[in-house]
Amino acid sequence: MSEEVHDTHHGNYVKIWAILVVLLAVSVVGPMFEIRVVTLVTAFGVAIVKAYLVIKHFMHINHTPRFIPYLVVTCLVFMLLFFAAVAPDVMNDTGSGWEKPAWVAEEKAWAAGGGSAGDQHPQP
Amino acid sequence: MSATPIATGRSTSGIPTGRLAVWWVIASEIVIFGGLLISYIMHRLAHGNWAEQAAHTSTWVGAFNTLVLLSSSLSAVLGHKAADAGDGKKAAKMLYITAFGALTFVCVKAAEWTFEISHGYTITSSTFWSFYYTAAGLHALHVIAGAIIMLIVAQAAKRNQHLNRVELIGLYWHFVDLVWIFLFPLLYIAK
Repeated sequence: MSEEVHDTHHGNYVKIWAILVVLLAVSVVGPMFEIRVVTLVTAFGVAIVKAYLVIKHFMHINHTPRFIPYLVVTCLVFMLLFFAAVAPDVMNDTGSGWEKPAWVAEEKAWAAGGGSAGDQHPQP
Repeated sequence: MSATPIATGRSTSGIPTGRLAVWWVIASEIVIFGGLLISYIMHRLAHGNWAEQAAHTSTWVGAFNTLVLLSSSLSAVLGHKAADAGDGKKAAKMLYITAFGALTFVCVKAAEWTFEISHGYTITSSTFWSFYYTAAGLHALHVIAGAIIMLIVAQAAKRNQHLNRVELIGLYWHFVDLVWIFLFPLLYIAK
């Protein structure tokens, strides 16, 4: 097959771009209401929609062989599995047969007490 | 005259090998950036006080850079469309516009970092700022690399050579845009 082979289907890209810009405006304005649910939806929900539009319309994922989305999703899933496994260590202070070293609590206390720009971390 | 690398055009998997290679790069980059972002999210959830640190980032600067990257993605895909139509000159023009977007992004980022560092928010100030500079810095390196490759591809496209590469650099560029789409709310909006 030569390099002249192109199987993409071009659409109205300016329209997609306009939708993306409107979504950007929503993601900026939404959090100004300072309502947690609205912030989550407008910031992160909208980010997912924007990503979908870019992947579908700009990257033409629908017009690639099916193994390409599988390849991408496999990488994503394995990464999420890895982080699901280490998440308890990061997010909990104690677990079954282990606890975090003292310096972690010291750092938390330092940060909660107003550790600010220019200050250095407490050393482990 | 240089030889044309056959691997960029031939296909043994249903798509040209060059495009397959770019998707492999993107799959690898998902693990790199995904790992960084998920680490950030986990730490952010575990340390509520990070919101105070995040309050010092400028939402408007982040939004402007998002607009720049979304617009540069548009010019990249228009370049791809022109390349498919065999219009190398237009494809090159679109890639130059995209590279200008990359330059704008990096200049804004440089000004932003200068302001933040001058106010004492450095990579060692706190774990939030460590993540901030690492994630945004790694992303900015990808922007710079993409711009350089884009200029090289545009030079050839201008002479109607290797037009298939316009799509390849476009794919990479859209991925760079995608990463920023998630970095923006994480670093600039969630306060």
